[in-house]
This record gives sequence, C-alpha cells and structure tokens, in this order.
Amino acid sequence: MRGIKKAFGAQVALAGVSLKLAAGEVHALVGENGAGKSTLMKILSGAYQPDSGEMWVDGKPYAPANPSEARQRGVGMIYQELSIAPHLSVAENIFLGIEPRNGLLIDHAKMRSEANKTLASLGHGNIDVNEPAGDLSVSQQQIVEIARALSMGCKIIVFDEPTSSLAQADVERLFDLIDTLAKRGLSIIYISHFLEEVRRLTSRLTILRDGASVAVYETKSIDDAKIVAEMVGREVKDLYPRSQRTIGPVLLEANIPGSGKLTLRRGEVVGLCGLVGAGRTEFLRAIFGLDTIEGKKVLVNGTQKTSDPRSNWQAHLGFVSENRKEEGLALDLSIGDNVCLPALSKLGKAGFISPSQRSQHTVRWISDFGIRCQGPDQPIGNLSGGNQQKAAIARLLEADCDVLLLDEPTRGIDIAAKAKIYEVINRLVTDPKNPKAVLMVSSYLPELLGVCDRIATVCRGQLSEAVPVAETNSEKLMRAATGN
Amino acid sequence: MSNTTSSKRLLNSLGTFLALIAIWGLFFSFGNRAIGSAEGIESIVQQTVVIGIAAIGMTFIIISAGIDLSIGSAIALCSVVGAKLAVAGANPLVTVSVTLLSGLLIGLFIGLLVVRAKLIPFITTLGTLLILRGLALALANSQPINAQDSNWLRFWLNSLSDDMKFLIIPPGGWLMIVLALAATGVLRFTVFGRHVFAVGSNENTARLCGVAVDRTKLLVYMIGGAFAALSGLMLVSYQGQGDPTGATGYELDIIAAVVIGGASLNGGIGSIFGSLIGALIITVIRTGCTLNGISESTTRIITGAIIVTAVAIDRLRQRSN
Repeated sequence: MRGIKKAFGAQVALAGVSLKLAAGEVHALVGENGAGKSTLMKILSGAYQPDSGEMWVDGKPYAPANPSEARQRGVGMIYQELSIAPHLSVAENIFLGIEPRNGLLIDHAKMRSEANKTLASLGHGNIDVNEPAGDLSVSQQQIVEIARALSMGCKIIVFDEPTSSLAQADVERLFDLIDTLAKRGLSIIYISHFLEEVRRLTSRLTILRDGASVAVYETKSIDDAKIVAEMVGREVKDLYPRSQRTIGPVLLEANIPGSGKLTLRRGEVVGLCGLVGAGRTEFLRAIFGLDTIEGKKVLVNGTQKTSDPRSNWQAHLGFVSENRKEEGLALDLSIGDNVCLPALSKLGKAGFISPSQRSQHTVRWISDFGIRCQGPDQPIGNLSGGNQQKAAIARLLEADCDVLLLDEPTRGIDIAAKAKIYEVINRLVTDPKNPKAVLMVSSYLPELLGVCDRIATVCRGQLSEAVPVAETNSEKLMRAATGN
Repeated sequence: MSNTTSSKRLLNSLGTFLALIAIWGLFFSFGNRAIGSAEGIESIVQQTVVIGIAAIGMTFIIISAGIDLSIGSAIALCSVVGAKLAVAGANPLVTVSVTLLSGLLIGLFIGLLVVRAKLIPFITTLGTLLILRGLALALANSQPINAQDSNWLRFWLNSLSDDMKFLIIPPGGWLMIVLALAATGVLRFTVFGRHVFAVGSNENTARLCGVAVDRTKLLVYMIGGAFAALSGLMLVSYQGQGDPTGATGYELDIIAAVVIGGASLNGGIGSIFGSLIGALIITVIRTGCTLNGISESTTRIITGAIIVTAVAIDRLRQRSN
C-alpha cells in the first residue's frame, strides 16, 4: 500500500499511508485510536475505497471494490466484532458464500469434511461442524472465522484487536495459532493497543499517527517508550498535566451489589480499568441509574439517591456515555441543544427558554473547550469526534455537575482533543473555588496512569480496592484486570 | 456566526414555499385561472384547514419519532362527537370542550399503548385506525349527522359573506395560522418543545440527560389528538355534517404534508410552517387538477409523484449539507 489517502467530508482520516508486508511475516499496526488504523484496514479489505494511492498484492495492482472481491484476491479480515451467522452450522459458516456444490445442490458431505479438515489443521478438530455457530464460545467463533478466511484461500489476514474479548488461556492459543499461520507462509497484519502482544508476535511494526505512517521499525529494535512517543508525536510527560491535587470530603459513595464499593472525594480523579466487557461500564451506569440494579446504594454528598438520571442531574451528578452516536449525543440537534439538554429550565422561566440565553451559555463552553465549529446552532453531528466529545463533557459543566462519570472519554478522538480533555479534567479537579470529582472508565492504561489519583480494577464484574496511582503500574493493572 | 444555520433553515422552508408558488403558478399560467380568483383561493384554504390543523399535531408526533396512522379515524370520530353535540343544541363552549377532550383521550390511549405497552407506534395506530373508525360508525349509527344549521360551527369555514370579505380567507384559516404560530413557539421556546426534539433525535440521549421520555411521548400523542379533534370540528364546519366515514385516507395526506414540509420520519427534524406549506401544496394540486378537468386517477398519480419528488429533493439537499 502506498500513499493511501482518505477523507470523510472535511475530516481527513488518512493523509498518505504506506505499508509493506512480506510473505510469512506478522506485522503490527499500532497507533492511537483515530490514527487511521481501522480506516486503512477497511480500505485494504475493500469496505472503503481510497481517495488516492495504490495497492499491490503479490506484485499485481489491487483495488477491491468490495470485501468479497478482496477475499477473492486473498485478503481477509478478522474483526473485533465477530461476523458469524449464529443460526447456521459451523460448516455452513466456514463455507458461507463459497459452498461446494453438487450440481445445483450444496454438497453437505464435502462441506462438512472440508470444514473438519480445516479446523483440525488449526488444532481445533474438537469443534463440531454441525453445531450452530452461535452456541460456540467467543474464542471458538474466532477460530471459525479464521477457518473461513483459510477456506477462501486468503494469503493475508488482518486481525483487529483479536484478544479484547478473550480469556488469557485463549489468548495464548490464538498466539500459537498465528505463529503457525505465519510459518505456513501467510502474512498477518496484527492491530493491537497492547505493546506486549506486539512484542510477543510480530517481527516488524508500522506506527500510524494522525492518518500518516510515521515509522516502520524492527520490533526488537525499539523500546515501549519510543513506540508511545511516536504514536502521540511528542514526549508523553506533558500529555497528562497534573497540578497539585487537594483531596477534599467524600462526594460520592457507591455500593453496587455484585460488583463492589467505591468512594470518590472532591478534588480527585479515580479510574476504573479492566477488560472490555468486564463490567466497568455497567458499574458506572448502575451508579447513574441507567441500568437498574436491585439493592444498590448511591450516596451523593451523604444523601441517599433513588437514582434515575433525572434526579442525578439535579444532585449534580453527570454522565458521559462511551457511545456518542447511539447514546451520548442527539446528532441532528444543535450543539446548544445538546449541551443544554439536562438543564434547559435554567435558560428561562416557567418552562420557556430563551434561544439567545442558550447561545450565550453554549458559546462560553465553545471558547472554553476550544470546540471547533461554526457556532452554537450547528448540528453536532457535523463536528469531528473530538469536538463532539468536548461538547458532551461541556454538558456536565453546563448542568453544574460536581461529580463527573466519564465512560471512555477519549475513545476514538484525535490526540489534540485528548490532550484538551486531560487538561480540562485536571483543571476541574483542581478548581480553587469548587473542585470537582471525576470517575472515569478507560481501556487505555497510560491515560489512566497519567490522569488518575487512584485506580480500581474491574475483573469479571468484581471491583477491586482503588489503589493510589503511585503504587501501581500498567503491568500490575493488566494482571489485576486479567485476574492473574 | 450562529446565523449560518438559522439562515440555512430559513432557506430550506423557503425552498418548500417556492415549490408551492411554482406549482400554483403552473396551474395559473397554463390552466384555468380560477385558481387565482378569490373563490379559488378561498376553496384552497377551506380544504387546507382540515389537513393543516391536523398536520400541526402530526408534526409534534413525527418530530418525536412517532407516527399516527389513525388520525383520519380520529378526525371522523371527533367530527361525529362535535356534530352530535351541536345538533343537540349544546352550548358552543361545551361542544368544543367535549370534542377536544375526546381528542385528548384518543391521544392518551395511543400514547399509553406506545409508552406503557411498548408497542411500535406504526402497529399501534394501525390498530387504533380501525378501532376509532368503528367507534365513529357506532356512535353515528353509520349515518352522517347533518349540522347544516349550526351557524356558529359553520362560521369557521363557510364562504365569506360580503360584509366579511375584509378577512380575505375564512376565519378557520386564521385560526390555523394562529395555532401554527403558537405551536412553533412551543417547539422552539419551551423546555417541552426541545424535549420533543431530543426524544425524536435520540431517545437514549434524552433518557441519559434526564428527559422524562415517556411523559414527553404521552403529551405529544395527546397534542396530536387535540389537533385531530379541532380538525374534526373544521370538517363539520366545511361539510356541514359529522361523517363517520369521512376523512378516510386523510392520514396519508397529513403525513405527506409533514414530510413535504421537511420533517424526517426518523424524528428530530420538522417545522410547523413547513407542514402547513406541505398541506397547501397537496390542496393546490387537487384544486388545480379539478379546475382543469384532470381526472381523479391522473390527479392521484400527480400527487403521488410530487410527494416522492419533494422528499427525494429534500434528502439530496440534506446529503449535500
């Protein structure tokens, strides 16, 4: 791939990326969220077409119009979200779209035996090819997808964060399998946030930053600090500003049956780390009353809340959803409507609101947070992810929240917007007049270590004691998160 | 800087308005000029008011990402209620209040089914379409109720007498405009109005932000019912009778008017005056076709084609934004 460019509207996702992959090589693609990894892989697998740039496979020009053409040319993807048909059998899934035929009819016997053979060659002959694929475990479903890619004759397989939903033992088996595939001469592109996985598996790595490939390294020749520095494009130290924090009285006490207890004090940032799906988000949502949990206890400022979101906003508790599009924002509506939604009644009297008040309030946050936009009446869906996220956080401040519950506040946004959000979080908890308290969930450990005062880990729904950030590090957290 | 989007919005409604003028101009230039006469305009207004008033309520519903397919049946039922009371000699205030109350109850019923029983509005109102029609037929014994002699009711959409010509259009037309102004005010300048937009644009966001989603939806359907009731009274005023089989198929005209007016059936987008212009477009086509002796079958084809074209143009315009 050379000089690949892709823009969505005004937002440039890829500004000229090049990538070279040798046969039998496991190549890592690393970069921050939003650096362009997924866009690049969607272009490689034919889901998107590049605006410019060229690709070759086996020395021949390659420009797939769609994913099935890409697979015919030998490029397959294993997405984070698996794409199996749960009601079809394992064999049917493996041969979906390439069913062996016997005249007009599908040759089921051949399909089953071939499926068996492929699975056995992957060391998973124990999977019953007649079973509905939906009944398999996630790791087995992943094997089925790999078998599908092999059956289609794929020579290049892209793994996008394949370990995020796997248990540790399954992760090891997957790594062995990837080694085997590489030895057979297949080329693997491996996308991961976890540098230790990159070290374990890959021989070379390409670093993406802000839509450009910044460097290619031999994995052995580069240390972690250097990789991260290349990913963010500067020294990592000043990314996470940390003023002197003065920890005040308890603002929030939460006791969620089945997960655990947590206290949050004025002037501190507490982080929740853990694997995706371990129950971090659920913990936050339970506190905010978005999911109902029997017998939970949430005290805000010492007062018990029978919390639904409405009463929580009134108690100065605010929540930012991890999913901006589905839940966080009303994309058709203006920035002003989105920012002011929980506290509309403040904009006027007796149920009426003044649009000029709304504009004034919103303009204040636009300039304070540096939200790049045409003005408070612009539909929020037109903004970039980072600017949308700033507005989503501004909503909490517009509603005078003292406790900020942030679920993956920097997911999928560019590094500049991230830096702004870290700066804002630091500023809020060290506000001399009214220091706030922040409880944030993040999958990105450097971020938690950089921003938080204490970090608690959620592992299989269980919340651990929050430990001061000085007493922990990413290895300890990772071990706690995986239950080792 | 906030003017960019406000002016874009103005431009969008201006586009619909220009379409209206263009369609009217076409009929006027190339067909029977009666469409531009005082009588022609009066007739257009008379027909638009019934659709238009109901479209105001429907705009609330559609902005909230709901739909009401039973609005034609609700109009018929309320027209029967109103006509029966008027014929029985009930005081106008009582007649109007009871009819409005019927509309509110209809809306409450639909709203409860949607909110409490968690039924999809499309299916719910497909059911109430039949239920309400049946109720109207039962209440009227399947016969139209003649209300020709109810002067106060006839006043709203009767042809203007000579000493009333200063009004230019029948009082019902003015009522519709006043109601549209009030409804626009509610949608733009009240907390409730912004909640309607929020619920329609993204219900999850609204819930997250503490909006009382269920209550908002319930109120929206009740508002829709109240406007259907008023529309029913206007139908009696126009036709001189409460007809249990009347207003059949109006739901499609009303929904089309709202969509032509720029609303999105996915919710979160819509404007009251856009819907009124949409209602006018539909009546102008009908009237123009009738005046020019175009057959009923051709009229339907033209109306359908214009609805599809209007919406297609709108989608193209949105995509280019």
